[in-house]
Amino acid sequence: MMHVFVEGVGLVGPGLQGWAAGRRVLAGEQPYRPAPTAVGASDWLPAAERRRAGTPVKLALAAGLEAFAGAGRDAAEVATVFASSGGDCDNVHLMCEALAGPERQVSPTRFHNSVHNAAAGYWSIATRSHAPSTSLCCYDASAAAGLLDAASQIAVDGDPVALIVYDHPYPEPLNAVRPLGASFGAALVLTPRATARAIAVLDVAFVPQNAAAARMDDPGLEALRTGVPAARCLPLLAALARGMRETVMLEYVAGTHLRVAVGPCS
Amino acid sequence: MQPLAISRYSVVNCLGAGAQAVTGAIRERRSGLAPCDFETVALESWIGRVAGLEQVRIRSDLAAYDCRNNRLAQLGLDTDGFTGAVAAARERYGAARIGVFVGTSTSGILETELAYRRRDPRSGALPPDFRYAETQNTFSLADFVRRYLALEGPACVVSSACSSTAKVFGNAARMIAAGICDSAVVGGVDSLCLTTLYGFHSLELTARGPCRPFDAERDGISIGEGAGFALLERKPAAAGAAAALLGIGESSDAHHMSTPHPEGLGAKLAMTRALESAGLGPSDVDYVNLHGTGTRTNDAAEDRAVSDLFNAVTPCSSTKGATGHLLGAAGVTEAIICILSIGHDLMPGSANTRAVDPEVRCNYLVANREGRVRRALSNSFGFGGSNCSLVLGAAP
Repeated sequence: MMHVFVEGVGLVGPGLQGWAAGRRVLAGEQPYRPAPTAVGASDWLPAAERRRAGTPVKLALAAGLEAFAGAGRDAAEVATVFASSGGDCDNVHLMCEALAGPERQVSPTRFHNSVHNAAAGYWSIATRSHAPSTSLCCYDASAAAGLLDAASQIAVDGDPVALIVYDHPYPEPLNAVRPLGASFGAALVLTPRATARAIAVLDVAFVPQNAAAARMDDPGLEALRTGVPAARCLPLLAALARGMRETVMLEYVAGTHLRVAVGPCS
Repeated sequence: MQPLAISRYSVVNCLGAGAQAVTGAIRERRSGLAPCDFETVALESWIGRVAGLEQVRIRSDLAAYDCRNNRLAQLGLDTDGFTGAVAAARERYGAARIGVFVGTSTSGILETELAYRRRDPRSGALPPDFRYAETQNTFSLADFVRRYLALEGPACVVSSACSSTAKVFGNAARMIAAGICDSAVVGGVDSLCLTTLYGFHSLELTARGPCRPFDAERDGISIGEGAGFALLERKPAAAGAAAALLGIGESSDAHHMSTPHPEGLGAKLAMTRALESAGLGPSDVDYVNLHGTGTRTNDAAEDRAVSDLFNAVTPCSSTKGATGHLLGAAGVTEAIICILSIGHDLMPGSANTRAVDPEVRCNYLVANREGRVRRALSNSFGFGGSNCSLVLGAAP
């Protein structure tokens, strides 16, 4: 069992524009009204990088920066774990399309954006962070894999870690074989010890057995959870929004689960 | 960190399949690079291609995972008695206590590149035989490996470009230290594809001939492919361990997506953190296996970082003139070369390097050198400014 404290939350999704507004929806205080995810350009990036960064990168940055604003911490000092199923899906399509054409011309920017850790690279430039950073993929369980990795880093190294999960739909024809319902990003700034900013404590455990994964009560939010790998963390965010003591089961690899006991910080 | 036993490892690349073949090639200073003859690629460059991948048959129960990357994974798992060693560990610990943390940069993207040539002319749809999850998705490799080895512990892929399979040692070490696993399979695979061959060419980072790391006339990388796996355990098996992981250091450049920090700032941070994590100083390291890609900028920046930290004394070399740049598989491959170096007291010279750049300050080995190697440090740096250094030592 690994204990971590939540200091800040970031949320960018369809009809979930920011944690401050989104938490009321997730807590059931306001109805969920889906709307296209709004992802603005990040003024944290230098001009050249701002031009080159794709929407999925901006999504990850927006979620991460909101979580750090909530935590009141300098992002330059904190290690990061990025988790995504497909990375920059628009970029993958454009690369494959160019490589199937007669000229096989790919642009240098297109190529360096094709790495799964593109978001982490832009993040470190934006925040001037030299801290360790990893970029994970675990298909539909990418968010759970990210949480387990972040929790193990905190348990072993004793330093804060930011978890940033994001996914963005593929265009056709890849959308037909891997439909990702919407653009969704979320972030948690996690720390080893309780601070004045801490809003909750999480006990994270790996459970190598089958169990029933937590669902969302609202059908729209449940569709978002099952449709986007990054949104599989929604039940955890909903528990944080409710601010009560409860246990959330998140599906991990091949029928295994993470058991996350959420408790308020007082 | 608490040192971890490396009980078994396996390695496959253009030098051959298995530790013996790779050691033999290093002894002879043989390079596995050859002019590019991959697929329909028409580029003036050299590659490090693994022979016989086209003939590999994926185990029938995992046929859906068939792609060049997973064929290379299977070849790696079947080499050097690796699968048998994992089966023994599974008996000792139970399948749920062994994690799989593997790295790849491009996974099975080659399948997608080829499928895009066969799109339906009217609808634009991909051909019906295309299998996304089992080939293209970055997780495909970890999913294939955990199924092939019948493991049920935590599993994921680290994909941080050319540092991926160095960083997986850190994920595994933390999972073991946190008590989530007793043992872990780490390593990974990268295989030839059009994305990297044309992509590095677009950045003007590929050499016209074989890559010549640290040479005055170096002009870029030669892309290779390979697989490497290692079995990590908290305590060595009764049969004894092959080597030990002593330390790991990770950092970010915060500089540029595809160009290293000119002063090697991130590189130096990763090496310093790796030594700290091992509780060692620079003088405790007998050999440094450099990232040494053969581009003008990487080698210059890495030289600065290494010669500053090691006072330009510690022997160091890049083995990419022999293997090519294995991209996501470079980290584990070069960690295994360090283990071979420790086991044979042999520091590899730099294949294909003719005359070391006079600007270079580090103690760069062109010829092989024999001498006691108790501990070695391996560098891996990737796009996005992702850096990782490992410290390896003799078996505990």
